[in-house]
Amino acid sequence: MSGQGQGQRLTVVPTVTVLGVIKARLVGATRGHALLKKKSDALTVQFRAILKKIVATKESMGTIMKSSSFALTEAKYVAGDNIKYIVLENVKTASLKVRSRTENVAGVKLPKFEHFSEAETKNDLTGLARGGQQVQGCKAAYVKAIEVLVELASLQTSFLTLDEAIKTTNRRVNALESVVKPRLENTISYIKGELDELEREDFFRLKKIQAFKKREIEKQMNNSKQFAEDQAAENLSLERGISMNAAHNMLSATQKDEDIIF
Amino acid sequence: MAGRAQIATKSSALISMIADEDTIVGMLLAGVGNVDIRRKTNYLIVDSKTTVKQIEDAFKEFTTRDDIAVVLISQYVANMIRLLVDSYNKPIPAILEIPSKDHPYDPAHDSILSRVKNLFSAESVAGGRR
Repeated sequence: MSGQGQGQRLTVVPTVTVLGVIKARLVGATRGHALLKKKSDALTVQFRAILKKIVATKESMGTIMKSSSFALTEAKYVAGDNIKYIVLENVKTASLKVRSRTENVAGVKLPKFEHFSEAETKNDLTGLARGGQQVQGCKAAYVKAIEVLVELASLQTSFLTLDEAIKTTNRRVNALESVVKPRLENTISYIKGELDELEREDFFRLKKIQAFKKREIEKQMNNSKQFAEDQAAENLSLERGISMNAAHNMLSATQKDEDIIF
Repeated sequence: MAGRAQIATKSSALISMIADEDTIVGMLLAGVGNVDIRRKTNYLIVDSKTTVKQIEDAFKEFTTRDDIAVVLISQYVANMIRLLVDSYNKPIPAILEIPSKDHPYDPAHDSILSRVKNLFSAESVAGGRR
């Protein structure tokens, strides 16, 4: 069933109330363990789904990058090789940025990126004499590539975050299963053992006292019987004027003395 | 639960790039480039004269800047600083390896996929599907 505990238990006073408390804790631990296992399973399902999407998106990214770099070569061919410098000169502030949100998936906050273009896409490509159309086409191709890349980045971060979340949850599941629960179970059996022993001790003591009392009573009875005999013998001796001894003998009535005539 | 890395909800963050010239030009054309008042850019053009140290420094700088959410890096550049890339494990900014014109995409070297391959040794992630 659960893993082998190390025989450790909590140090408690073995009373009935404490037993109740520990039992309640064990119930809590069992329920928590089941819930965490479910969470871990749900997260693993999400994990695999994201992984599949990542693989697919990476492949499509490869093709898109190829087509956009092809468009760039076209533009270079038409507009001359100088677009590099012109573009480099014209960089000011980024017009294509990303926004990050957190999404809650099975209780884990995953980051998600979405791209958005800010204000105007500055078309200030002065100095570009020819090939405006090609350049525009190239730009559009690259914008599309960026979209795919942003989605891929988003998937990747969710992937990494999920990975860590799964590891933590599994760690907790294992801890509950192989440390907390055996410890509580050992504590419960220890307390039960102690209570049983106390009960047996009590029982034993009770029995001993009963036996003692019985002996006392018997002794008392013997004493009182003896006393009653003595009393009767005394009365007899007083009436008949014989010695106590003779009275005793008469009372005991085991021997019949011929000399004595009633 | 508390204690894990806080994932900031930024309303606007940049995409940074460490790649060869052509890729960077294309991206700049699309409008991803940013130069701030201190003349700091969010991209690094890697050519035959760039040293590994420069690339490492740029990588470290981009990953510590908090206004950058994505770092695009060409795969052959990533191979040059493979150690740094593999030891990086924060979720944000996201490191993305992109192919370049001369080096088509090679899933065997991608840091993310290689990590996954260790997890799921039964599935072949990089190659064919089941």
